Amino acid sequence: MSNVVNDTRIPNNVDLASDKKLQRALEQWQPKFVDWWVEMGPEGFQKDDVWLRTAISVESDGWAHFDYVKMPEYRWGIFLADQVPNRKIGFGDNLGQPVWQEVPGEHRNTLRRLIVTQGDTEPASVEQQRLLGQTCPSLYDLRNLFQVNVEEGRHLWAMVYLLHSHFGRDGREEAEGLLERRSGNPDKPRILGAFNEPCQNWLSFFMFTFFTDRDGKYQLLALAESGFDPLSRTTRFMLTEEAHHMFVGETGVMRVIERTAQLMKEAGFSGDVRKLGGIDLPTIQKYLNLWFTLSLDLFGGEISSNAAAFFAHGLKGRAHEEKEFDDHVALEGFHAIDVPRDGKLAREDVPMRNAMNEILRDSYVADCQRGVDKWNRVLEAAGIEYRLKLPSRRFHRHIGLYADVSATPTGELIGKEEFTRRRGEWLPDAADEAYVQSLMTKPVYEAGKMANWLAPPARGIKGKAIEFEYVRHEL
Amino acid sequence: MDPVRFETLPAAYKHWKLDLSAAEKTGVARLVLDIQEEGGLRPGYVLKLNSYDLGVDLELADAVQRLRFEHPEVCSIVFTSGKDRIFSSGANIYMLGSSTHAFKVNFCKFTNETRLYLEEASAESGIKAIAALNGIASGGGYELALACDEIYLQEDGNSAVSLPECPLLGVLPGTGGLTRLVDKRKIRRDHADVFSTLAEGIRGKRAKEWALVDDVVARSKFVETTTKRAESLAAASPRAQAKGAGIALAPHELTRSSEGGKLVSTYRYVTLSIDPKARVAEVVVRGPDHAPPRTGEELRKLGSTANWALRAWRELDDAILDLRFNHLDVGLLVIKTRGDLEKVREADEALAALVKSGDWLAREIQLLQKRVLKRVDVTSRSLFALIDEGSCFAGSLLELALASDRVYMKDDEDHEDEIRVALSSANFGPMPMGNGLTRLESRFLRTPDQVGKLREQTAPMGTLTTGQASKAGLVTIAPDAIDWDDELRVAIEERASMSPDAMTGMEASLRWGGPETLETKIFGRLSAWQNWIFTRPNATGEKGALTMYGKPESPTFDMRRA
Ligand SMILES: [Fe+2]
Ligand SMILES: [Fe+2]
Repeated sequence: MSNVVNDTRIPNNVDLASDKKLQRALEQWQPKFVDWWVEMGPEGFQKDDVWLRTAISVESDGWAHFDYVKMPEYRWGIFLADQVPNRKIGFGDNLGQPVWQEVPGEHRNTLRRLIVTQGDTEPASVEQQRLLGQTCPSLYDLRNLFQVNVEEGRHLWAMVYLLHSHFGRDGREEAEGLLERRSGNPDKPRILGAFNEPCQNWLSFFMFTFFTDRDGKYQLLALAESGFDPLSRTTRFMLTEEAHHMFVGETGVMRVIERTAQLMKEAGFSGDVRKLGGIDLPTIQKYLNLWFTLSLDLFGGEISSNAAAFFAHGLKGRAHEEKEFDDHVALEGFHAIDVPRDGKLAREDVPMRNAMNEILRDSYVADCQRGVDKWNRVLEAAGIEYRLKLPSRRFHRHIGLYADVSATPTGELIGKEEFTRRRGEWLPDAADEAYVQSLMTKPVYEAGKMANWLAPPARGIKGKAIEFEYVRHEL
Repeated sequence: MDPVRFETLPAAYKHWKLDLSAAEKTGVARLVLDIQEEGGLRPGYVLKLNSYDLGVDLELADAVQRLRFEHPEVCSIVFTSGKDRIFSSGANIYMLGSSTHAFKVNFCKFTNETRLYLEEASAESGIKAIAALNGIASGGGYELALACDEIYLQEDGNSAVSLPECPLLGVLPGTGGLTRLVDKRKIRRDHADVFSTLAEGIRGKRAKEWALVDDVVARSKFVETTTKRAESLAAASPRAQAKGAGIALAPHELTRSSEGGKLVSTYRYVTLSIDPKARVAEVVVRGPDHAPPRTGEELRKLGSTANWALRAWRELDDAILDLRFNHLDVGLLVIKTRGDLEKVREADEALAALVKSGDWLAREIQLLQKRVLKRVDVTSRSLFALIDEGSCFAGSLLELALASDRVYMKDDEDHEDEIRVALSSANFGPMPMGNGLTRLESRFLRTPDQVGKLREQTAPMGTLTTGQASKAGLVTIAPDAIDWDDELRVAIEERASMSPDAMTGMEASLRWGGPETLETKIFGRLSAWQNWIFTRPNATGEKGALTMYGKPESPTFDMRRA
């Protein structure tokens, strides 16, 4: 069990006090981080008391502490999951070798890139969501938004710790860079596409936490397999927190659907649910289409020599490598992928290692499907025939094999022109955006109250009532 | 395999867009790289991420050549990408991986020539080049930028410059990259070392600090800033004062036939015949058949087809490339000329006079002749010049003999008047080799006075008999008329039988005495190392890095240093 120190400036279980140089470096970075948080974090709520959980250890029972805290005073700490004794590299060319506690020279740059790319998504999502508080549908949701935000902040800390502790000057520069890029800024955008897309309303927020945070989950699962042990330990603990973010997304969309179903009943099933101020199911489907496909891009190209190299070198594995797979070398066998050739699809066998991005995407899609099934059960229970569907992986893509082709949500290849013409059938158009926005012009700050378009949650947080004042907002 | 053909024209470009919409007003042309993925010269690879093959480079070479001749209004070029986030990822790795050794070598040589010609267009013709890197420029992509006068990198969190060849592919950035880092941009060798082993490259501030780029510019201001810079370079260029129209470069007219087992390409002034069995090629260059243009107006009226000084040399250029790429078995090129010595000299001097009068087009023609001769210099075939009755090795054409590894001149008292060589002003300056010296200066490194003597001796330039030319050091062997045929047969057979590798290495080592330049380092050092690495198992063996690239397995190296 690791020793937790909580009374220093930077709570940690990595014995930071024994490495003065590292401690000093991180203490220098800390005020810059707080400046970033104040500038780019949730706007308009920095002085409020928010009932938040804070990680204080990595024990499975009681790793978190719940209390009111002002966000800029949140104690972002560094926590690594406990070291697994005698851990061995679980895949690739170095299968069975002891894991690395220090960065192997030949993989330093690659590891740094992987960590920076992951790290960059954490502050990016905070930036994307910074204005959402001003249109919150309830204090319960407002608090969940902030919980996700501060934990993304902590994930940034986790990555910055790795950069500072293992990557020298380059690592420190990269850590600064993580605070300098800005989501959606064309001059200094965040590294990955989906993290530069605006997340302007709460339907997008719920979709984002369901789909995009779930990409995070799968990236973390793959990195948790890494032969670089500090990365593995860091990401394993991040996964604990990530689960809550996906809970927010899954239940958030579910509550939207519940409310819509209820309003549909009131309106009579053929009636226009928009007249009653609900979000109609086709619109929900469009937002699903948007965020699912943006998130698919985050996994990278279907056929990737980088992915093959990461796997070969034992840097990034597959999700649940040990449990889900038998052949951990993956030099034999192929993965069939539909490759667009001259307007048609041709099935090609791609060497397993080169298909690692796609294999991770497979796991992700299956996980998303489980959530969508749950949503559909709500519709079923309400006696509604409409079903939500995950669109084809070929639809609306910007990275990989399908970036240059156009496809319908069912995956049929079509001309660019047809896609442009029919885009509004499949993805939120300006009118949809305006409608959803119109539902969310006024925030709901009254404890226990919900916006009209959203059903209340099943229960409150950590034993507290739904009516609990999760955020003490000074008006 | 289909032979490679080298001609193209802007309307047929697949990969580049030559945008001249602002040229008239601002002097700036834009060359926009937007490579057609499926538009490779050969099947078997996809040109992803703006990666190029020979076809892409042929278009680039054509574009630069045409700008020089056809567009005097263009005084600067902006190189940029038509794709988002990527400028160019360099030579296509799968194309390299699937190419023969000889093709790789020829490909690199051609791309190196194109980059050097781009630099020459800047230095000699005042066409300044700006690399506007609006995305990642890696490998050959960055090497193209290095060949420009100035490099600007977009700051967008993504765009970087890199030379990933060493760490990723186990080969060198072979298009002059390493040489230009330290020789042209004068980047510190240790910074260059770090940069050249960092696969992901360098972006932002540090790229500027290390002089890898001249400036980093925010994405929102990038097009405006780089265009402005190109405009001010254009305005300051002496070419902005150029008077007189340009001329269009017409397509070659030639016939290809097969005669008695020989493959013969007949152009108006050049005939290339290949004897595949003997592994010997012969090129005959015919001298002028018309009076040279004396005024700028006449020069323009003759255009690209009716002027020997341009047409013969363009044809020779095409023939040399054909030989290099399409006839790998040929180890020896015999160079002959046919025509009137005096007319060659006349053409040279008329051209020189027009150049002196400040005619930019005349200068372009002279520079083209220079480039063709350089192309001959770096051609890895044994070159024998044969001087006999009816040949016209004078001035510019004598440079062909001086470019050869050996010069054979027939010694025949009965025909002394018909077997002569002559010098012109072309031999004393306008056509330097890659080492910066004239071919005469390179020839007489031990007796530099000889150059001056030849100049005096031939002013007003007379002609030299076999005896005189031999004495003057212009001839390697002067066989007697009765021995001529046999001597040559034996010499040619002997040469063609030697190890092609040894001959390539030997000739390359002997052709450029004297000082080193960027150019000689690129062809003599960088390329030689690269070509060696290409044959090593660590690059191209079964488990070599180039072979394994993109494959699921990692490369394995023989770790012994050679
Ligand atoms: Fe996260
Ligand atoms: Fe998250």
